[in-house]
Amino acid sequence: MDKYLSVPIKSEELKKLKAGDYVYITGIIYTARDAAHKRMIETLKEGKDIPFNVENNIIYYMGPTPAREGMPIGSAGPTTASRMDKYTPVLLDRGLKGMIGKGKRSDEVKDSIINNGAVYFAAVGGAGALLSKCIKKSTIIAYDDLGTEAIRKLEVENFPVIVVIDTEGQNLYDTASIKYEKE
Amino acid sequence: MRKVNVNLIVDTIEEMCIEAAHFLSTDMDHAMKNAMNSEESPLGKQILNQLQKNLKIAKEEMIPICQDTGMVVIFMEIGQEVYIEGGILEEAINEGVRRGYINGYLRKSVVEDPIYRKNTKDNTPAVIHYNIVPGNKVEITVAPKGFGSENMSRIFMLKPSDGIEGVKNAILTAVKDAGPNACPPMVVGVGVGGTFEKCAILAKKALTRQVGDHSEIEYIKELELEMLEKVNKLGIGPGGLGGSTTALAVNIDTYPTHIAGLPVAINICCHVNRHIKKEI
Repeated sequence: MDKYLSVPIKSEELKKLKAGDYVYITGIIYTARDAAHKRMIETLKEGKDIPFNVENNIIYYMGPTPAREGMPIGSAGPTTASRMDKYTPVLLDRGLKGMIGKGKRSDEVKDSIINNGAVYFAAVGGAGALLSKCIKKSTIIAYDDLGTEAIRKLEVENFPVIVVIDTEGQNLYDTASIKYEKE
Repeated sequence: MRKVNVNLIVDTIEEMCIEAAHFLSTDMDHAMKNAMNSEESPLGKQILNQLQKNLKIAKEEMIPICQDTGMVVIFMEIGQEVYIEGGILEEAINEGVRRGYINGYLRKSVVEDPIYRKNTKDNTPAVIHYNIVPGNKVEITVAPKGFGSENMSRIFMLKPSDGIEGVKNAILTAVKDAGPNACPPMVVGVGVGGTFEKCAILAKKALTRQVGDHSEIEYIKELELEMLEKVNKLGIGPGGLGGSTTALAVNIDTYPTHIAGLPVAINICCHVNRHIKKEI
């Protein structure tokens, strides 16, 4: 079912999303992948603030190619989410409501998603050129030294994702393949 | 002796890196279009349709097909009658990669140390495999490899008694475990035999084979077809969201091995299976 979601997220809107729903996201989202996650978690351990408030926000696991002149961003598809699993529950406990990536998540992340009423979305892996069209503006807000892994603030319009794990912990990856499994 | 100047190698590799990131090779393109027709799942079809749109935007607007423009793997088949002049070959290859990734607006995804992880900022070095072959030509294969699928690749040191059933199980195990992480529909490269490192290189090279071509060894060709069918019965589907297209090809290469061993490597590639070959 096609649905629309705006960010910052309202919890009651998130509860309406179910595993398998096709969702178009509009608003501000933030990018962070391996190196940015590592640095953010280390910063939190030191008792310091991280570069953006995760509360009611979405993190997109993505590191783009450089933008050509006049373009907001280069190719911008999702990276594998499981590499962030180790860091994710801490961010969910601080109010992070959504993550966009691809691939499976750990049981710890799934439990934390349920406890915090969050959602894990997948974007189509390897469709970076197409997805870049939904990104209207991109600004590096922190960790510039990390290059493609810097934290970016993105303005997205109707960014297409699929709900993989919903607020109740229903997991599309667990059910989808069974339907088409043969013998 | 035929002389080949390193500058020609630099220019050729620069062009090949840029081409690989934006244009899917014809064999892969056909396979992706065929998958649209045969896919059983409506969501799977929708995803394959998105990937078609993505390929179109990539080539028309010169935006890389995937943001992971890979670590560059290069196979150099150098004719033994070739004399490389004008500089050091390895430096020339890396210079070509450097220029391709900077001038082509490609992502710099290489870190100089696996533990300390500082980005080299020019995507060098490449992983280079050299082969000395008969003749006076240089054949270059550029295959930039994304790591979503690379991370899901496996090596199994099987026992001789595990036989062909062991090989089949190894392939299915690797594909099942990879699932949605490897960005299906995938291409599965398999190396059987040799030693620990030989089977891995065979598997990597198998990914650069044209999709639709098969092994010249009759029983291996049959195994490729059988495994493609079995893999597609797993139900993983496009994007791992269920469907009948999990892989576009299973390419298997073999090599003689030791009386005590049966090494099997499975190198998985996503649907952006970049491989270009040029002869100079």
